[in-house]
Amino acid sequence: MDLFIHQVLAGLATGAIYACMALAVVMIYQAIDHFNFAQGEMAMFSTFIAWQLMEWGFPYWAAFFLTIAISFAAGVAIERSIFRPLHNAPVMSHVVLFIAIFVIINSFAGFIWDFNIKAFPTPFGTRPVLGQGLLSAHDAGMIAVVLILLLLLFVFFRYTRVGLSMRAAAANPESAQLVGVRVSWMLALGWGMAAAVGAVAGMMIAPVVFLEPNMMLSILLYGFAGAVVGGLTSPLGAVIGGFSVGVIENLAGTFIPYIGREMKLSIALTLIIAVLMVKPSGLLGRKIVTRV
Amino acid sequence: MKTDTPKDLLDATAARSASPRNLKPLIGLVALVAIVAAPLFMKNFLIFQLTLAMIWAIAILGLNLLTGFNGQFSLGHGAFYAVGAYTTAILMEHGGVSYYWTIPAAGVICFIAGFLFGLPALRLEGTYLALATFALAVAMPQILKFSPFEHWTGGVQGIVILKPDAPFGIPINQDQWLFYFTLITLILMFAFAYNLVGSRTGSAIKAIRDNPTAAKAMGINLSLYKSLTFGVSALYTGIAGALSAIVVQFVAPDSFTFALSVILFVGLVIGGVGWIPGAFFGALFIMFVPHLAEGVSKGLAGAVFGIMLIAVIFLMPSGAAGLLKFVMDRLTPVRRWMGSSSRRSQ
Repeated sequence: MDLFIHQVLAGLATGAIYACMALAVVMIYQAIDHFNFAQGEMAMFSTFIAWQLMEWGFPYWAAFFLTIAISFAAGVAIERSIFRPLHNAPVMSHVVLFIAIFVIINSFAGFIWDFNIKAFPTPFGTRPVLGQGLLSAHDAGMIAVVLILLLLLFVFFRYTRVGLSMRAAAANPESAQLVGVRVSWMLALGWGMAAAVGAVAGMMIAPVVFLEPNMMLSILLYGFAGAVVGGLTSPLGAVIGGFSVGVIENLAGTFIPYIGREMKLSIALTLIIAVLMVKPSGLLGRKIVTRV
Repeated sequence: MKTDTPKDLLDATAARSASPRNLKPLIGLVALVAIVAAPLFMKNFLIFQLTLAMIWAIAILGLNLLTGFNGQFSLGHGAFYAVGAYTTAILMEHGGVSYYWTIPAAGVICFIAGFLFGLPALRLEGTYLALATFALAVAMPQILKFSPFEHWTGGVQGIVILKPDAPFGIPINQDQWLFYFTLITLILMFAFAYNLVGSRTGSAIKAIRDNPTAAKAMGINLSLYKSLTFGVSALYTGIAGALSAIVVQFVAPDSFTFALSVILFVGLVIGGVGWIPGAFFGALFIMFVPHLAEGVSKGLAGAVFGIMLIAVIFLMPSGAAGLLKFVMDRLTPVRRWMGSSSRRSQ
């Protein structure tokens, strides 16, 4: 039983990473109804920007918030320049563009900052908070950041005019347009916010996995898994999903011989397919009904 | 647009039907002779590269059957490429099977793998399928490293296999023989693809792409046909993987990462989605452009790929197919002239 509880706690720590990423995935999914396969690379690039700022002598929190601002602007710019002209293009074109952005960002990150791994600082310290090596200060800080982020997003979407407009634009673009919501800018805003949330995720994750251009691929997969488990239309669901995926991964690693430890990514794969098959709306998502 | 007189139209139709009839077999024959003779005059490394390009073409063709003709996405075909390659390597290393028998075996295993993966996954649509296949591609290297199978797969180290000699004592070297072996496989695979797409089954496959609801109403079993198409697509890509294992003489988990799936996807889009010969253009692109790009700066290949993808989407959404059509349309006056001159000479 002790072992079980320990593993659940450790799972929550890794789950915080996935929850961060899942939140970013859901942000973009709500705005454009697609998975952004370049999300991980965007977050990675943001993290490199933060690293560069700190190399230039910025203090941690200054770099942190500056990076969020830069990422937001970059997200808006990507939507305006690349996706806006192809708003009504078939799904195929969008997937191609995501892959294009994926390889371009990955390539440029390697080009600018090379492929050697870099250490990334944590503002929370690394001393253990709970038990021996179960929950470090950074893990606890990360969980807190995720929850704060979630609260901010909730308040934004629930109580601000812009948040309401964004929800309207996502739910019913035509009607939203008719009542005066600038739908296309809402999409851009969605991209910007997803990029900003991704940047936070990247900066929280980097102290754990180290910084390098390919750091995000498997984390993005877990992020997708978390988002799918939680429901693609619900930020709260994404966070719960992210934490669940972390816990499931840890428990499987402890209690299923071989498979749990060596095939962690396959667990994410199985989770994604299983949830999409059985309950595509996830834990907390809206059911989407299409008329044929 | 100028209005054509009936006579003009007649001339144009005659020219269009006359010129291919005169030229097509001739061009085909010249091209075939050139391709068959080429390896006898080339350096081994170039032969090796062209062999690889043909292998890419087979893999891209498989992806194209799925995406171009059935309208489904896969960001995970690298996984089937890996399964094909490992099937060949394991059969040759542990089963003592001849290399040529491993090719159909890899095809069958990949067909089954694709079909089984397809059964659940293909009830997913659009981006969901892209997501599931993305997950498959990302998870693949880890599956290949799985330690209980290490005895067969060689774990992280992978498997080294030997290049086969030419049969019947034909006096050509191994690279040349593999070139011809791949060429024969390629021709068979493309012939099969053309026939499949043109057949009744092919019509059903395309109907699903164009209008799933109507296809269903016509009595087409959507999930069966989609899974079958996924299986056939995996078969093509698996056979390509099997050939690559023989040509490269080596398989290892880290050759089959997500990057491989991305490369196949790039080849598909550049070549033209839904156009069978596009696979050649895509294959040549992914074979030779990275070398040029890496010559400029290391790690730049990805950027070139990405920029090309964006350019294709914005400028010529049908890839090389569209470019070729554009050029041919521009050349129509020339063809018309050639057609009329050939008729005059008759």
